[in-house]
Amino acid sequence: MTPSDFQVTRSSPFTKAIAVIGLLILIVLIAAPYWAGRADMRLMGELFLYLALASLWNLMAGYAGLVSVGQQAYVGFGGYMLFALTIFGGLPPVVAIVGAGVLGALIAVPVALLIFRLRGAYFAIGTWVIAEVFRLSFAQVSALGGGSGSSLPVGIVRSLASSRAGREHLSYWLALASAVIVIAAVYLFLRSRNGLALTAIRDNELAAGSLGIDIWRTKFIVYLVTAALTSMIGALIFLQKLRISPDAAFSVNDWTAFVIFIVVIGGIGTIEGPIIGTLIFFALREALADLGTIYLMVLGAVAIVIMLKAPNGLWGLIRARFDLELFPLSYRVKPSKSDMKG
Amino acid sequence: MEWVNALLQGTLLGGLYALFAAGLSLIFGVMRLVNIAHGDLIVLGAYLGLSVTTVLGFHPMLALIVVVPAMAIFGYVLQRGILNQTLGKDILPPLLVTFGLSVIIQNALLETYSADPQKMNAGALETASVSLGGLSVGVLPVLTFAIAIAVIATLQWIFYRTALGRAFRATSDNQEIAQLMGLNRRHIFGLAMALALAVTAIAGIMLGIRTSFDPSIGGGRLIFGFEAVIIGGLGNLWGTLVGGVILGVAQTIGAKIDPGWQLLAGHLTFLVILAVKPNGLFPRISE
Repeated sequence: MTPSDFQVTRSSPFTKAIAVIGLLILIVLIAAPYWAGRADMRLMGELFLYLALASLWNLMAGYAGLVSVGQQAYVGFGGYMLFALTIFGGLPPVVAIVGAGVLGALIAVPVALLIFRLRGAYFAIGTWVIAEVFRLSFAQVSALGGGSGSSLPVGIVRSLASSRAGREHLSYWLALASAVIVIAAVYLFLRSRNGLALTAIRDNELAAGSLGIDIWRTKFIVYLVTAALTSMIGALIFLQKLRISPDAAFSVNDWTAFVIFIVVIGGIGTIEGPIIGTLIFFALREALADLGTIYLMVLGAVAIVIMLKAPNGLWGLIRARFDLELFPLSYRVKPSKSDMKG
Repeated sequence: MEWVNALLQGTLLGGLYALFAAGLSLIFGVMRLVNIAHGDLIVLGAYLGLSVTTVLGFHPMLALIVVVPAMAIFGYVLQRGILNQTLGKDILPPLLVTFGLSVIIQNALLETYSADPQKMNAGALETASVSLGGLSVGVLPVLTFAIAIAVIATLQWIFYRTALGRAFRATSDNQEIAQLMGLNRRHIFGLAMALALAVTAIAGIMLGIRTSFDPSIGGGRLIFGFEAVIIGGLGNLWGTLVGGVILGVAQTIGAKIDPGWQLLAGHLTFLVILAVKPNGLFPRISE
């Protein structure tokens, strides 16, 4: 057997089958307005937004080692930018969402320059300080309702679509699109040269640096991209809520704690983890919502147990047992096709 | 004169922030653990104090003799039962586990004591004041500041003058060699967390006498403590007191300009110091 008898590949018949199944599921989800009820669509829309947030947090924490507990800064910032750009800028909401993303990336530049000076866990709390600064600052802006917040004017809401059903369908599709775009972006990014650098940094920062990878720059890019996309998701979230206030926009529980639990339970550092985590999170929430605070305690306890006993999450357990990968990222060596014929 | 007063009140407020920060600094110094649940543990201390005062009818200051040992035992058990398992090269497990702990404590307090703001009644101590060269200074803030100095001096003494402190420093420098020299690092870490939570209990009680509190305020207290630690320089306990004072002064002066600016002024001062001196004013540990 010579080296030419083998080939190195990412895809396999299994991943190709998964891609086809994924595409079918996506088509069914796009068609949801034709088969799902209004409440179901609302729930699914929320699920997609959480999936997008979780995938982004996972890219930062699981791959770039940037553990943030302050991503609510960008969710809230995006939400407020949606309100500001539509109310004062006169932009159509969908354009304002993109604008929120651009502004999110811009504001992330000075933020990153500051908090990248903090290492590890102190970085995490530093991100929280930034989120608090954002919250307190927006509470001072009286044009946006100050501490009590404001509502999106009816005219702007109507400009989305003339009928209520039309608006609901549009915001569902926007949420679905955001999840698909974020997951696709994370997947393509990880397959790119930058992604390879990122994976190397995740596995061993010192070794990656000695191979010539610019660690600071790679993390900086990840931080900016995540900030931009998180701001866009934030804009979408508050386009659905139609009302914004500093406490809701910059809530550490809603936009960071839940997201962290989703990623930890599903499996940090994998693309599949946040998907599984989001499904479990929503299933638990629907089942235990009546328990209120006890539900949150259960969630915290589950996350602690998983972190201690199975740090790679549920997807890690599945992968260890079945050697599966829904999104082909790793290379495998296989006998080449000509060899199989002969 | 008004500004001198703001300066003085801010300095005294810094004593409370130094108490928030001391436990955080201690834990980081000994085991490089950053405890996200620290703020919620402070609030837990305040609630325990409240329970002791209402059930036993103690004065809040007297409640310290119950709450401090209780929190210390809780700290030891917490460290040996859960947190020791998270320590290692990877920073994710301690961060995420303490984050989960924070959510659990917060919601357990919510379940037990409801979301209504509570306050401890310290009687005459709350309103007593002395006049000092035309300024009226509250006895409680002065007492808090004095306690902060005493706590930091005690921690400093334990660290540099006792066998326990030597064990802390040895484990901090090199865990493996400390282990070879017959120290059980799991036990040492347990003692460090016990000491940290004893300080946290004092911080919680002083907080609970000074202002009203509810289960959701832990995150904010964590941030104040963290800012004091970073401003003062990692691993430097007296620096932590200076950090607390700078933060307190920034907040009172901010509040003087505009009440809405109180917290913002503190955070912005922190960010400016981070920009100018990323390792804080008096760093001890390079990390």
